[in-house]
Amino acid sequence: MTRALPDARGHFGRFGGRFVPETLMAPLIELEQAWAAAKRDRKFQRRLADLLRDYAGRPTPLYFAERLSEQCGGARIYLKREDLCHTGAHKINNVLGQALLAERMGKRRVIAETGAGQHGVATATAAALLGLECEVYMGAEDVERQALNVFRMRLLGARVISVESGSRTLKDAINEALRDWVTNVRTTYYLLGSALGPHPYPMMVRDLHSVIGREARRQARAVLRRLPDVLVACVGGGSNAIGLFHRFIGDRRVRIVGVEPGGEGISTGRHGASMSAGAVGVLHGCMSYLLQSDDGQIATAHSISAGLDYPGVGPEHAYYRDLGRFEFVSVTDAEALEGFEALTRLEGIMPALESAHAVAYAMKLAKTLPRTKAIVIGLSGRGDKDVHVVAKALGKQIG
Amino acid sequence: MSRLDETFRRLRARGERALVPYFTAGDPSLADTRRLVVEAAHRGADVVELGVPFSDPLADGPVVQRAGTRALAAGASVPRVLETVAALRAETDVPLVLLTYYNPVLAFGLKAFARTSVDAGVDGAIVVDMPPEESEPLASEAAAAGLDLVYMAAPTSTPPRVRLIAKKSRGFIYAVSLTGVTGERQELPADMATQIGAIRRVTTMPVCVGFGISTPGQVAAVGRVADGAIVGSAIVRLVEARAGSPSLVDDVGKFIAELKAPLREPLATSAVRARR
Repeated sequence: MTRALPDARGHFGRFGGRFVPETLMAPLIELEQAWAAAKRDRKFQRRLADLLRDYAGRPTPLYFAERLSEQCGGARIYLKREDLCHTGAHKINNVLGQALLAERMGKRRVIAETGAGQHGVATATAAALLGLECEVYMGAEDVERQALNVFRMRLLGARVISVESGSRTLKDAINEALRDWVTNVRTTYYLLGSALGPHPYPMMVRDLHSVIGREARRQARAVLRRLPDVLVACVGGGSNAIGLFHRFIGDRRVRIVGVEPGGEGISTGRHGASMSAGAVGVLHGCMSYLLQSDDGQIATAHSISAGLDYPGVGPEHAYYRDLGRFEFVSVTDAEALEGFEALTRLEGIMPALESAHAVAYAMKLAKTLPRTKAIVIGLSGRGDKDVHVVAKALGKQIG
Repeated sequence: MSRLDETFRRLRARGERALVPYFTAGDPSLADTRRLVVEAAHRGADVVELGVPFSDPLADGPVVQRAGTRALAAGASVPRVLETVAALRAETDVPLVLLTYYNPVLAFGLKAFARTSVDAGVDGAIVVDMPPEESEPLASEAAAAGLDLVYMAAPTSTPPRVRLIAKKSRGFIYAVSLTGVTGERQELPADMATQIGAIRRVTTMPVCVGFGISTPGQVAAVGRVADGAIVGSAIVRLVEARAGSPSLVDDVGKFIAELKAPLREPLATSAVRARR
């Protein structure tokens, strides 16, 4: 069931596909073929595996968060430590694979979009490593709230382009990146950072992140001598989540829960919960659940975490939601902050605000489950980049 | 035979090529759009493209993006644009083609979109982000309703794709002249004639060229190789500059007359023979 998807045209059931201007169709087909060839190429795979081990720092640990579990007084909570990856988040898994692919395809210029800046930093890093020219599109609002990552990208030699159109966030950064790609498609590789966009991106990004779940499954077998009972990961576009979940889809006993950004609460309309409050539509090349008006205009998402501030979600998540295989819940900005503080104080691990959403929900869930149960959280990134946002939210000054 | 087919047949018989101006519906208001379309038809537009604005127009450059933002603020939507078209039909019978993105169409309902468009007097539709591979659900409704779906051919389209596009397209083929977004350019792409030639080899359907065509000189050059020239951003920019002015409609009308002039001169050259 998991092997067969997407189908030859990039569809996950009614979701996914390739809804792009004609100019991009032939390049996307070329990309799909290049990816299929790279997957079969042992040399390519060995090079990627070496980089993931020696450069990105894989495998990442599966860590038993004992004090956090005790505090909740229920199920045992484990953290899949993607925050320990080079550049501080899971994003590097996908970026290394796609940057090697760009090189293999002979494209010397890569472009990317970024929300929180984590994907931008990872792309700039891989570009530095491989000597590629790199330009990163970032919404103007995100440029302001993620200044640290903007500077990191510049230090790495990337050019950061602030996007002033629309809602000035991730959605608009993707629009601008796609406009750049339409213009420079013959020379440029678009290094998309989430499990969305036109086929083959959702599949390719999933393939590259599924190392998270493969490791977690092996580690759980070693530590627990069985599979975990529940997986919990935050979902914006859904790349870290599909990476953790994918290998477990066939394991019917494992509950799989995606946590969406509830922002200021679903009822306020200021959130990013496209599964909970969206409708089926087409944005950025694929069909999925979207936050939109009755007229089909895309709504502005809101989340305290820039990386989850997106009005859509990856098509594979939409498919497994409709199938009832994945559950989706939402966690508000305030709850995510509580998750952030709890993990920081009890474990000395400062999570990214994105990942703090998963922590917050897992804590709630753990309280309702017995001690014999095990929850694995996809801890997608570390929180250094968010310290000033947290300070502001808590009404405190830095320094 | 559809109104689009008749129009191109009539033009061919006269040795003329089509001028296809584009307006973003609702910019600056739907009432202005109505006046602009009537004036455009009066001044020589052979087909009019009406853009239905979308919040995330990823194939459009800054000029059309800004127009879309203004039109959305003015309340333009699929149903309101269709009302405007229905009202327009009392004043003009110029062929009208809607140009939009998939999501607003999907939100309105594919069947409802096809039927209501035809009932309102729309002749065709171009859905920018719907390539032939994703077109079946809408195409079957459009065929049943009698709505011509026009597809785009790009410089990156491979020969098999051009054949697919030619097979699916109704009315005409929209040849995208360049790899890029909509907007004015200083020069026409050097390989435009080659691209049009590649399309001509697989189809006798009329070919109109758009993207980056903004001056009478560029229109004349397009007219030497294609059946029509589509002018968008240059007109939209003029609408933007004259919005709120009493001379809006007349100034746009004059510009359209200037753009049409070179397309009226009969062609006795190879381009005409190539079509036979």
